[in-house]
Amino acid sequence: MDIAELHEIAQQARDRRKPTRIRCCTAAGCLSSGAAAVKTELAQAVKTAGLEDQVEVCSVGCMRFCGHGPLVAVDPSDTLYAAVTPTDAPSILTALNGGKATAAQADPNHPFFAQQQPIVLENSGLINPESIDDYIAAGGYEPLHHALTELTPEETLDEVTRSGLRGRGGGGYPTGLKWATVAKMPAGQKYVICNADEGDPGAFMDRSVLESDPHRILEGMAIAGYAIGANHGFIYVRAEYPLAIQRLKKAIQQAKRYALLGSQIFDAAFDFKIDIRIGAGAFVCGEETALMHSIQGQRGTPRPRPPYPAESGLWGCPTLINNVETLANIPAILRHGGDWYAGIGTETSKGTKVFALTGNITHTGLIEVPMGTPLRQIVADMGGGVPDGGRVKAVQTGGPSGGCIPAHLLDTPVEYESLQALGTIMGSGGMIVMDDHTSMVEIARFYMDFCKGESCGKCVPCRAGTVQLYDLLTQIMAGEATREDLDQLEALSAMVKDMSLCGLGQTAPNPVVSTLKYFKQEYLDLLLPASNRSGAPTVATLS
Amino acid sequence: MTVKTLKIDDIDVAIAAGSTILQAAQEASIPIPTLCHLEGLTPVAACRMCMVEIEGTSKLFPACVTEVGEGMVVSTNTPKLQGYRRMNVELLFAEGNHVCAICVANDNCELQDLAVEVGIDHSRFPYQFPKRSIDLSHPQFGIDHNRCILCTRCVRVCDEVEGAHVWDVAQRGSACHITSGMDQPWGEVSACTSCGKCVDACPTGAIFHKGETTGEKQRDREKLAFLMNAREHQQWTR
Repeated sequence: MDIAELHEIAQQARDRRKPTRIRCCTAAGCLSSGAAAVKTELAQAVKTAGLEDQVEVCSVGCMRFCGHGPLVAVDPSDTLYAAVTPTDAPSILTALNGGKATAAQADPNHPFFAQQQPIVLENSGLINPESIDDYIAAGGYEPLHHALTELTPEETLDEVTRSGLRGRGGGGYPTGLKWATVAKMPAGQKYVICNADEGDPGAFMDRSVLESDPHRILEGMAIAGYAIGANHGFIYVRAEYPLAIQRLKKAIQQAKRYALLGSQIFDAAFDFKIDIRIGAGAFVCGEETALMHSIQGQRGTPRPRPPYPAESGLWGCPTLINNVETLANIPAILRHGGDWYAGIGTETSKGTKVFALTGNITHTGLIEVPMGTPLRQIVADMGGGVPDGGRVKAVQTGGPSGGCIPAHLLDTPVEYESLQALGTIMGSGGMIVMDDHTSMVEIARFYMDFCKGESCGKCVPCRAGTVQLYDLLTQIMAGEATREDLDQLEALSAMVKDMSLCGLGQTAPNPVVSTLKYFKQEYLDLLLPASNRSGAPTVATLS
Repeated sequence: MTVKTLKIDDIDVAIAAGSTILQAAQEASIPIPTLCHLEGLTPVAACRMCMVEIEGTSKLFPACVTEVGEGMVVSTNTPKLQGYRRMNVELLFAEGNHVCAICVANDNCELQDLAVEVGIDHSRFPYQFPKRSIDLSHPQFGIDHNRCILCTRCVRVCDEVEGAHVWDVAQRGSACHITSGMDQPWGEVSACTSCGKCVDACPTGAIFHKGETTGEKQRDREKLAFLMNAREHQQWTR
């Protein structure tokens, strides 16, 4: 494979395209609402109308308007149909010649789309995720070629450092610094891991990227491997994402066939192979040390750090672990340069962030916005606010490790630091909108239930503490708790946070702490009146 | 060999670089409570009893795995740590079924000692009363899961010292339990050499010799210490 061949493949893929393309979303969201049947019917309708030379029906990845699937887009007319049923298929074809389609049309200029800035999702919904040719036609693997043939590993790393990219898994650690740490370890066996164990309730950003643009991840990993001196990568993906796994497997096969993975890629002195490891249903395996244990075939439990994976990771070798979205940014950074990326976003948080917008919101789906976008813009303008005129009460970010942001603070820009100051975290990108019917105590209890079920059980505060926290919240919900119980909830939350071994336990109390911070009255309203308190000393007075 | 000097609870300590805070504290006779730690086994930092404060950071660090640093200022017994340790032990008591009065390890139990040490007379957390099993299928030993605190000393001593790996941890969260062989009754695990090291390592009365009754549990800790020392320093005479 050389650059001429790459361009030829791209040209051929473009030449094969027909004047009209009907793009059908075949990512998990739309598939679950019947997209496969829609696509079959559309293909059938094209056949029936005898338009096979003019019109092609193709599978693409996520078109982001997930709450309104199945989605179908028509090029070049830039029409987007929502909630399409198989019976709508013939009319969509008639509409090509000026007829009226029975399917509802979505406005592609709606703020939901117009205010997005796709970098990670630039190909999502446009290319066929199962076609490497489509990816190459969209400029794919050129950044890898650029790095391998025109840059040294140090220069490649420098682009990433200059981009200001920070870890998108939630921690926000500077990616360039992480890469540099692994790169500076003595030469020898090193690994790259893509953490695709996305498990926060309400989060589906990484799944969409994997299902919509899997080659992007392979390319990002290969570039990372080149920069840090690793020749082997693992994608750790949860078993609950079967379509992502299937598409990743296919992508790896295709890339191998084109020699874009394997030995001497682009005739450079660089070998890189990628293997997939499938999780077995443990949320804690998203924690990097537990993840590495799992890849090694051991029980998925975290271990104390240091040593960090950069120093001693998989089988004791220096290992780079990056989240899906972090790696998905890499090809774009190499294509346009680190300075270009650093020009997007804010002073401390560069680039864009993908959020999975869910909950009590009119437009559920995926959005990619520049860092610094105010939450209110995301929720009210892009998401369309709460359906049926309800009011936003809070926005939850960061999943079980995060917190709730009350409505009056929604003008806060989305940044690592600003969210942290509010007592929540950027997290991996789950954003759950809650309306004023939501009980915040119930929300805290929901997340605690999740954490107690997902605790690996290794350390005492997390294993036993989350159980007691959950029981206390249940007691409060049932109206059977006293002020002393609430004090105990606060004290135990602090203890579990400070004493737990890994991020899961250390952040498990966050939903409790943040709802106590902003919605304490809701807790107080549920407590037993002071006179009913059991154990409260009664003082007899003599008159 | 480089030496690091540090201050633990206002006492100056000098110790070889690479040592842990726990080792440094032991050298200076400063007591730090431990539970999952057992000299000679890989430390796992799971029980969180040995958490200490280090000046300059708000985080707490497990003394058993945290390496000493030059000029480090460590506090091992602040009011905050005392409060947390007490809660931690209460959590352990509340999650299992620990009835000292009928336990083979009564008066000879590290959990009990720890409870006394941190000043527990009752648990402020409601007892969970979990339904747990007892396995008496082994001819010489028994395991009572009601008394298990999941310190994994048995798992490690069997794997690292005896080399049999009879024990492991099954399930997760509060459903975690020690399991033998391929989730078989202990007596059916052919890998078990009946060496009894797990009995010696167990801090509570969870693993015991059959025939022992209340307060009669015997542990040969010296045997373990001898073996571990012998392996590490090649000193095979007792």
